[in-house]
Amino acid sequence: MMTEQVVGETAPPSVVRQTVRSIGYLKESPVAVIGTAIVVFWSLVAILAPLISPFEPTATILPFARPLTPAPDGGRFLLGTDQLGRDILSRIIWGSRTVLIYAPLATFSAYLVGVMMGLAAGYLRGSTDSVLSFVSNVILSFPVLILYILIITTIGPSGLNVVIAVTFASAPGIMRIVRGLVLDLRNREYVAAAQTRGESAWYIMLCEILPNARGPLVVDICLRLGYVTITIGTLGFLGLGLPPPRPDWGGMVSDIRALAPAFPHMAVFPCLAISSLVLGLNLLADGLREISLRD
Amino acid sequence: MAILILKRIGTMALMMLVVSLIVFLLLEIDKESVAVKVLGVFTTEEQRRLWLEANGYFEPLYLRYFSWLAGFVTGDLGESTVFRVPVSEILWPRLANTAILGVLAMLVLIPLSLLLGVFAGMREGSLQDRAISVVSIITTSVPEFASGIFLVAVFVVGLHLLPGTSTMIEGFDLTQLVLPVAVLVIYDFGYVTRMTRASMAEVMMTPYIRTAVLKGLPFRRVIVRHALRNALIAPFTVIMLQINWLLSGVIVVELLFAYKGFGTLLLEAALNGDIFVIEACTMVAVFVAVATQTIADLGYTLLNPRIRFT
Repeated sequence: MMTEQVVGETAPPSVVRQTVRSIGYLKESPVAVIGTAIVVFWSLVAILAPLISPFEPTATILPFARPLTPAPDGGRFLLGTDQLGRDILSRIIWGSRTVLIYAPLATFSAYLVGVMMGLAAGYLRGSTDSVLSFVSNVILSFPVLILYILIITTIGPSGLNVVIAVTFASAPGIMRIVRGLVLDLRNREYVAAAQTRGESAWYIMLCEILPNARGPLVVDICLRLGYVTITIGTLGFLGLGLPPPRPDWGGMVSDIRALAPAFPHMAVFPCLAISSLVLGLNLLADGLREISLRD
Repeated sequence: MAILILKRIGTMALMMLVVSLIVFLLLEIDKESVAVKVLGVFTTEEQRRLWLEANGYFEPLYLRYFSWLAGFVTGDLGESTVFRVPVSEILWPRLANTAILGVLAMLVLIPLSLLLGVFAGMREGSLQDRAISVVSIITTSVPEFASGIFLVAVFVVGLHLLPGTSTMIEGFDLTQLVLPVAVLVIYDFGYVTRMTRASMAEVMMTPYIRTAVLKGLPFRRVIVRHALRNALIAPFTVIMLQINWLLSGVIVVELLFAYKGFGTLLLEAALNGDIFVIEACTMVAVFVAVATQTIADLGYTLLNPRIRFT
């Protein structure tokens, strides 16, 4: 720690060293540690899915089995099976892949659009700002689920369309945050210096302003990842998510909605899975915020 | 003040106009698909063409938009292709049902989250503050459909205490609304609590609170007389904006508990391509959302003592 600070005074710290240092900071917040552990756990489950899943996620073996029922040809259905006889544990394990691919993808795509809009609105001001702000106010005035329903019923349910819908619905919110940060940063000396050097507007926005706005944005990314996970789950639950047979947690609950009072295990475990992942992301965000406030 | 109100209402009208344009373009720009949705898949080219002609779909797009908008403003919302009755006939009763659900949820949500937020914020970093924060993080992490399933598993399957559906077939029954309201409140209260807590914590740091404490006033009196007044301004806006969230939440909750409200109407319409119902539901929902936002803005201006009109 000491040596790093000494180095930091003489030369700007490299990206690698900064990353190492922020991981070090993470340890200071127990909340962030728990959050990271949960997120890492689900990431490992998603990566190792073919190795750890006891059955094929789409294989129909023994319908309506309660948890811990022995399977016909060896092994056990630890979490039971669904109405088609598919092993719930295996479906949850494979479902983590769906969630952990689409939620980050959609969040990333929304961030790409939202950050560009926010930078342009906050730095260029004037009519660009008015137009972008008005557009995002209009989009944000829709109750968010209604917006999703409108978009998905118009362009059809598919993985790509979920990403498009999330981008469309979340970019305005990201734009507002970025715009606020930029309005604060645009009058700093280093921005004035870059302007005097004659740098282009996009260079200043992307290389001078954006890196200095990253603190609050990292927290927001975690929160938004959690929120997008909820959204994808909810769309699956409403029957507007990814088409079957690909297992996804929300879709698993949707399939057996009517059976839930009779066979709660079919619905409870996928719900626990999605809730724990979102909780992990929210705890991580909370820990990061705590750490950033302390400095 | 009057100018401010007029300005806000003007902005609101403009927003609704743009929203109506988006909804119209999204659902009606492709007139062939409108005809298919209204007449069904098993119709001939000729039948669709006749229907489109009879309903003025061969007019230019902007004329179609204006006549559609005029219909909307005068309350002619078209006819449901599934129920074969005017949309307004099914929409209003459904909206009334959702309003009951929403009002009940707000009646629980507001006192609960304000109370918790004030308790957490008045002693920042204390045990009660931490406990409330942890609980609110956990509850906001659970999607509505998941908390609904958990509640059903515990209170319907496990304890046999409450009914698992809210169909209201045998007349209005308040016990059927307990779980739907609980789901809405559980998901939303964490956010409002956190906002209230932040606002309260900020007020507690101000010099006038320190003065009041140093003057030797009892802590209770400092909170009730001095802190609350200013600490509750920001949550007012937050609560008004929750109505927008609630409109999303009711869709999930109504589907989960089979409650005959506006959310299930919209969802069924979306799945069946009942486009005039989708249009009407969307417009009503956005209108409610924009109107509450306008009220929140105006209310904030009125409540905030730093803004005065002469």
